[in-house]
Amino acid sequence: MTSRAQILAKVLKNQPDTRPLPADLLTVFPAADPVQAFATVLTTIGGNFVEVSDYQAIQKYVLEHFGGQRIVSTLPELVAVSEQGWEHQDPHSYANVDLAVISAHFGVAENAALWITEDLMHQRAVPFICQQLAVVLSKKEIVQTMHDAYLKIGTADYGFGSFIAGPSKTADIEQSLVLGAHGPKGMTVFVMD
Amino acid sequence: MSSGTKDHAALSDIFNKDEARVDWHDETLWFVRAKRDKAAHNIPEWESLREAASQIKNNVLSNLHNYLIEFEEQAQKNGVTVHWAADAAEHNQIVHSILKEHGVNRLIKSKSMLTEECHLNEYLKQNEIEVIDTDLGERIVQLAQEPPSHIVLPCIHKKKEEIGELFHEHLGTPEGMADPVFLTAAAREHLRETFLTRKAAITGVNFAVAETGEFVVCTNEGNADMGAHLADVHIACMGIEKIIPKRKNLGVFLRLLTRSATGQPITTYSSHFKKPRPGQQMHLVLVDNGRTTQLSRPDFRNSLKCIRCAACMNTCPVYRRSGGHSYHTAVAGPIGSILAPNLDMKEYSDLPFASTLCGSCSNVCPVKINIHEQLYKWRQVIVKEGYADPTKKLAMKAMEFTLSSPFVYKNAGKVGRWFMKHAPFTVNNKLNLWYQHREMPEVPKESFEEWYKKNKKND
Repeated sequence: MTSRAQILAKVLKNQPDTRPLPADLLTVFPAADPVQAFATVLTTIGGNFVEVSDYQAIQKYVLEHFGGQRIVSTLPELVAVSEQGWEHQDPHSYANVDLAVISAHFGVAENAALWITEDLMHQRAVPFICQQLAVVLSKKEIVQTMHDAYLKIGTADYGFGSFIAGPSKTADIEQSLVLGAHGPKGMTVFVMD
Repeated sequence: MSSGTKDHAALSDIFNKDEARVDWHDETLWFVRAKRDKAAHNIPEWESLREAASQIKNNVLSNLHNYLIEFEEQAQKNGVTVHWAADAAEHNQIVHSILKEHGVNRLIKSKSMLTEECHLNEYLKQNEIEVIDTDLGERIVQLAQEPPSHIVLPCIHKKKEEIGELFHEHLGTPEGMADPVFLTAAAREHLRETFLTRKAAITGVNFAVAETGEFVVCTNEGNADMGAHLADVHIACMGIEKIIPKRKNLGVFLRLLTRSATGQPITTYSSHFKKPRPGQQMHLVLVDNGRTTQLSRPDFRNSLKCIRCAACMNTCPVYRRSGGHSYHTAVAGPIGSILAPNLDMKEYSDLPFASTLCGSCSNVCPVKINIHEQLYKWRQVIVKEGYADPTKKLAMKAMEFTLSSPFVYKNAGKVGRWFMKHAPFTVNNKLNLWYQHREMPEVPKESFEEWYKKNKKND
């Protein structure tokens, strides 16, 4: 008997009588101002909340803070300030990216997590390997809790997707919080109307 | 970590020699526990979340057979190769064979308590394959040639000065440098170089979704992502109990996991791996290693609901004051003490006794596992099966003899009181296990029976 057959037979024999799934949970205590709630949590977890009026403002911010560095972006609106034709390189080649600017499908007010799938990253490695990450988010696309988040994702298909909440961090050395463990040392969220 | 001679009480004695360190360990973990409380209290519906998580997991255990088949089918459709391992040895062989097939002899691994349980690192080392752990805490204990002492905070038992020394020796940081920011930066450089040069990455799995065949890996450091997205081969290893029915169920578990673990609202990265990226191979190993046996035990099957948040460890007065290594098993603390005897009842017969049964573990468990009740039940099973500590067995026998005869009981009390009063050294010595950890009580002048007879009114 293969291990598969053996394991499945043992599971079938040993599993208890059927118990039903509970009803789906919904958001019961919505934040009065989800944008404000998102901003507060993001700041607490080490992120940087920047309200902008348009892409012009983002370009200006990027040039001011990251001018002269290696900047890649998946957003056509930011071609003026980012590298062109970077999308199809070997993932290792992004190790020297100083700033990556991508967009998110939506954000979650309760934990400042941003839902980003592979199509918005162009390369899965990008949001993790860059030194600094910036994400563009529409104000209208902030949901209350993770229950709403999965309602929104629904049955969407993707190869890879991640909830990203703030910069890479660790507290493994005597519980001291340090930003920038392996991935981005900082994360900026540009919030637009 | 597998010798039948190890015992929690003896190993705690080693940890307890340094009292200042014990206090520090205790306070650090209590600090994490307090953060968990704050996070939980910020969610008014916390109890309904726990109840929902518990019910979802009950459903999973009751329908695991079908969910496993559904998960496998979906994962295969997504282009993932699924393997099944009956035990630790088979798990290690499967991983090894995948590596051999790709000619890989150096790889990176993000945190996975399952691979610790299977002793994968030692196995691969014996087969001349180098494994570098990429979670900072795990890398630190790996450099120190120790196992993790905590499932979420692997090097919580280490002082920053000790970590500085390790880094000085292995990574070339300046001698005496113990600043966490500096040391983390040094580790970042060292590990980024490693990420960029390894062709295979192993990750654990936090949740696997039957409905879609995707699996979720949660980290704060991003090490699982750095590894998996740069490697040609991604091997994910999971226990069969990690399955959940539907993608939307993740909403419940992701809300509970990190709030219970560290007090964070969510991990920095909650990554959903569904399909390999173009040109990449993705393998998933489903491991039993005793889980189906635990499923067969109605009293203990609830332990399979565990989502590995470590809230029970952080709150446990015994864990906090005895250190993770005293549990001599991959998963320490209260939950580990009900999982380990399932793997080997003799070797881990000491662990269910490493508890005050105060119930704090059950109170903080996000999936409502009745941990302290299971610890109590294991004690009974272990004594019945004859695996109890011989001194404990002897004491129980003596107690049975004394309590079963009113004559012996009455006189034993008298004799005991006489000795404690007139010859205390016969009781206050090393041979008395009770005295080793407690002061003996003051001797009463008479027994309750004597007192009652004297004071009884003749009415």
